[in-house]
Order: sequence, then structure tokens, then C-alpha cells
Amino acid sequence: MVKTLPFEEPVVQLKSKIEELKEYTTKAEVDMTVEISNLEDRLKKLEQEIYENMQPWDRVQVARHPNRPTTKDYIQLLCTNFIELHGDRLYGDDAAIIGGIALLEGNPITIIGHQRGLDTKENIKRNFGMPHPEGYRKALRLMKQAEKFNRPIICFIDTKGAYPGKAAEERGQSEAIARNLVEMAGLKVPVISVVIGEGGSGGALGLGVSNHIHMLENSTYSVISPEGAATILWKDSSLSKQAAEAMKITAPDLKKMNIIDEVIKEVYGGAHRDLQAQASYMKETLLRSLQTLSKLSEDELIADRYDKFRAIGEFIE
Amino acid sequence: MVRDLFRKNNKNKKYATIPTEKAKNDVPEGIMMKCPECRKNVFTKDLMKNLKVCPSCDHHMKMTAYERVEIFLDENTFESMDDHLQTDNPLNFPSYSEKIKSDAKKTGLNEAVLTGTGEIDEQKVVVAIMDSHFRMGSMGSVVGEKITRAVEKATELQVPFIIFTASGGARMQEGVLSLMQMAKTSVALRRHSDNGLLYISILTHPTTGGVSASFASVGDINLAEPKALIGFAGRRVIEQTVREKLPKDFQTAEFLLDHGQLDAVIERKDMKETVSSLVKMHERKEVTTW
Repeated sequence: MVKTLPFEEPVVQLKSKIEELKEYTTKAEVDMTVEISNLEDRLKKLEQEIYENMQPWDRVQVARHPNRPTTKDYIQLLCTNFIELHGDRLYGDDAAIIGGIALLEGNPITIIGHQRGLDTKENIKRNFGMPHPEGYRKALRLMKQAEKFNRPIICFIDTKGAYPGKAAEERGQSEAIARNLVEMAGLKVPVISVVIGEGGSGGALGLGVSNHIHMLENSTYSVISPEGAATILWKDSSLSKQAAEAMKITAPDLKKMNIIDEVIKEVYGGAHRDLQAQASYMKETLLRSLQTLSKLSEDELIADRYDKFRAIGEFIE
Repeated sequence: MVRDLFRKNNKNKKYATIPTEKAKNDVPEGIMMKCPECRKNVFTKDLMKNLKVCPSCDHHMKMTAYERVEIFLDENTFESMDDHLQTDNPLNFPSYSEKIKSDAKKTGLNEAVLTGTGEIDEQKVVVAIMDSHFRMGSMGSVVGEKITRAVEKATELQVPFIIFTASGGARMQEGVLSLMQMAKTSVALRRHSDNGLLYISILTHPTTGGVSASFASVGDINLAEPKALIGFAGRRVIEQTVREKLPKDFQTAEFLLDHGQLDAVIERKDMKETVSSLVKMHERKEVTTW
């Protein structure tokens, strides 16, 4: 059973009402087709009303939905022949970031992404998708490998943030992220990042210095979680709903600020409601990006990335 | 403070000092100043002569950006850049603009970093000096822009880029725009590096969060001042996550040195000489003759 979020409660209720009536019609031999079709019309309107007017906090809830598709799901739905490659060759293998080579429309690509777990057991293994330095260093190793063999890189961003732990600090969490930013800036192959869930701060950006950044409609990208922002700014974490609005963290917000390239539309209610459809929306965007970027030379790709990030910032000259 | 009066082992003290707002200020204005580490009083004059390093305990106190220019660059060689850039309030945070104005007045800076060209022992460099007295040295659009322009200037002049970092991280009030400054400065540093130019990062107290996780950590050479706090996540956050007490020296410069994250920890009095030799050794020569 898929968890219902508070804001979509009316839709779910109406849906179950319709189901009830349908069942009743078949059992009791009473013709209620007219009523049902009326209700179905109403459902359509209600869905439109609710899902097309989602507030930032609603989107945060969808982005964090336990059934929200993860990097693995998209790899499976978009690619064939995926071979996962492990380890940073320095310390270990971080299960919070996965990566490897696969075929997309028959062409080899390197695909890397944060990986959450689907249940508690897997989440412990994957550290809830919060990487250690070795995760970023594995990602960088795979990116350099992709560069050598001239295949494009796709990064899926889905993390609350890089892990704030003792071991992470000892092994250089800062340096690992910082190194990725500088190295990604110089990659000679197309790099595309897609935020598929939560894009939490530096831990997200460590896979985010790309030519194109796309976001799923109900994903977020921010410098701090709404809860954290509320605590720091108003000393009250219960104001996270207001913080989600004030911090401008949703895909439409970032599109407006010209930080991202495309908002990838989601199926009604969020990506978890129809994985197949969602993957096909994602594929359209990815192929469009790849077609555009494949026309650029190595130098042009680097210059394109430079210009993209060079332009971000608001100030008075 | 009042309790000190009654403490047995504090025989010499016959009075209590109530710290005023002025005395709490990091920028010394009075005749005496108290070392925040060993709590001993020092004559401000002596302290300045000692480069704001406590003569009793060697604690390296915070410096303003202008003080660093004084002790680090050759006299009268510094020319500042981009002092005209003004911080906007892109997310319309209440009282953000006022806070910026008040810190600008307090520090004489337009933002939390001072950038410009200058010379070290007659060698031309571009410097960026962060100042933690300005909004904790946090990085918003203007800080990112000033650093990026400084790096670009160094690339254009084909000279080394040297930064003194001091920052609590990304500036919350500018949201994701602050985060993206980490990427912006990185693409500029990449281009500088691809030109075969030297970048020295000098991490001073404190360098944390988004600044530590971007330009501060990717110098060709990373130096730090003694005992400087350097880290990605805050100590309290980590303690809450791992539920254990962290060692006292956790996230100090010495801790990072031990863990292979720094090239060297250098005392303030030796910093100019060290950097000057490093710059000298990276001088570009057409032909090397042995």
C-alpha cells in the first residue's frame, strides 16, 4: 500500500468512494453508472486542482516519499546491460553512491547516483543515502574512466546530504566534495545531473557540476533542509513548512532562478505512482540533453560548464 | 565573572570585570585585550606587534582582512578589487539587508571577503582574504563573485592565487544561490589550474561547511594556521549523529595534518616567508639551466 500524503487525502478518499460504488453496482444490480461517471469527472477536476497547485511543503513530502523511485529504479528502467562498478581504490566501497556502465539506446554511458535504501535494513547498509568521502571518490574515479573512454556521464542526485560523521571528517569529507567540484569542471565529456529526490547541499553538489541540471518536478535542491533552515533562522524546527517556502527549494523555484535547465514533469501524485511513465519522461529529457551536448567539442563542453556556473548569483554591481 | 571574585585560587584578583559589548568585540579597541584561550590579559599594542598571537599561549586570534594585508603583503602594494559589489536580498529575508549594512559599517568591507592584487617580496599575486567578522565569513553571491573574479584576474595576469579562508560556510539567507557559489569558484579555479598556475589555500580559524567543501580544500598547497577549526560538519551535529564524545583536537589544523588533509601547519609569523618561498619555487622560467 502506497503511503498517502496529507495534501492528497481528498483525492484518495474520492477514489475509494468510486471504487466502492463500482463494487456496489456489480453486486446489487443497481445501475449507478451516471453517478460514477459524475464522480469520476469530479475526481479529474480535484486531481488537477490538487496536483497542479502543489505547495513547496507538499513537494518536500513527495520528494521524501518512502516509495519514491531511486537511482537503481531509473537505471533499470532507462538502461540495459548495467554493470555496477565498486570501490574508490583508496579506502572502500560506499553503498550510498552507486555507479557503473550501461547502455542507453544502445550507446554506452557512465551512470552514477546517490542510493537510498528501500527498507530499514537496506538503509543501514546504504547509510540512508548519505555518502562518506569514499563515495565521492568512487564517483570521481568512474567519471575519469568515462572521460578516458569518451562516454557521457549521467548523475542522479538524491541525498539529504553528505554524512556528518567522525570517520567522514577523518577521511576528508570536505576535500572529497571539493575535489569533485573542480574535477567535474574539467571533464571533457558531456555531464548531465538529474535531481530525483532530495538535493541536500554540498553532498548533492558533489555530483552536480554538470552541463545540464534537470530536476524532477517534485524534487528539491537546497543549501540546507527546511528543518535546518527553520532552526537556524527562527530557532524553531516546527516552522519547516514556512522555511520550505522561503528558501525557494523546489524545481519550479530553481527554474525561475535560472539555475536548472529543465523541470521534468511528474505523473500525478509523484513519480512513485507510475514508474514506467516517469522513466519515459526522464528519457525524453536525457536524450534531448545528450543530443545537444554531443555536438560540442571537448573545449566547448568545458566552456559551457564554466559559463553555466559563472552566471549564478544575485548581487548589485 | 562575579564568581571569579570568590574563587580561592584566584588570590590576585581583587575586582570583577563586567565585559561590555565593546570588550567582547573581536576587534580590539581598548588598551588591554583578553586572550580567548588562556584568558590572560595582553596589552593590545604587544598583541598587534605579535601579529595577534597570544604571547602566553600562542593562540592565533582572528584577524580582520585589512590586518592580514598589513602583515602578509609588501607595504603599499595592495590594490583592492570589486569593493563596489553590493549584496542583494534574493529571497527577501527579513532584516538580511540591515545585517549586511551593519557588518559593512563595522568592518569597512562590502562583504565577507577582501580581494585584490599585491606583492609578496616583490612577486605579484592575487589574494582573497575572508573576514569572519562579516556575517561569520559566510559565502553568498557577492563573496562567490568576488573570489571568482579574483581567480579570473590571477589567470589573466598569469600569477599565483592565494586565499586566506575564514568562514562558517554557505550563507543561509541566499539559499541555493549560496550553494552554487561553491561550483562557481570551482570552475574558475579549474581554469586557473589548467593554465599551470599556482593556487595556495591558507585555512584559518574557522573554515567549515561549504567553504571547506570547495575552494579551501583544493589548493595545490593547503596550509593552515595552528589550532584553526577546519571541518565539513559542525561538532555538535556530528556528536548528535554518532552519539559519542569527540576528541578535543577533533577538526583542528593539527588533527587534519595527522589525517593527511593538509600540507603543513604554519605559524602566523612564518606564513609570509613560507608562501613567498613557495611562490618563488613556482616561478615560471622559459629555460631551466642546471
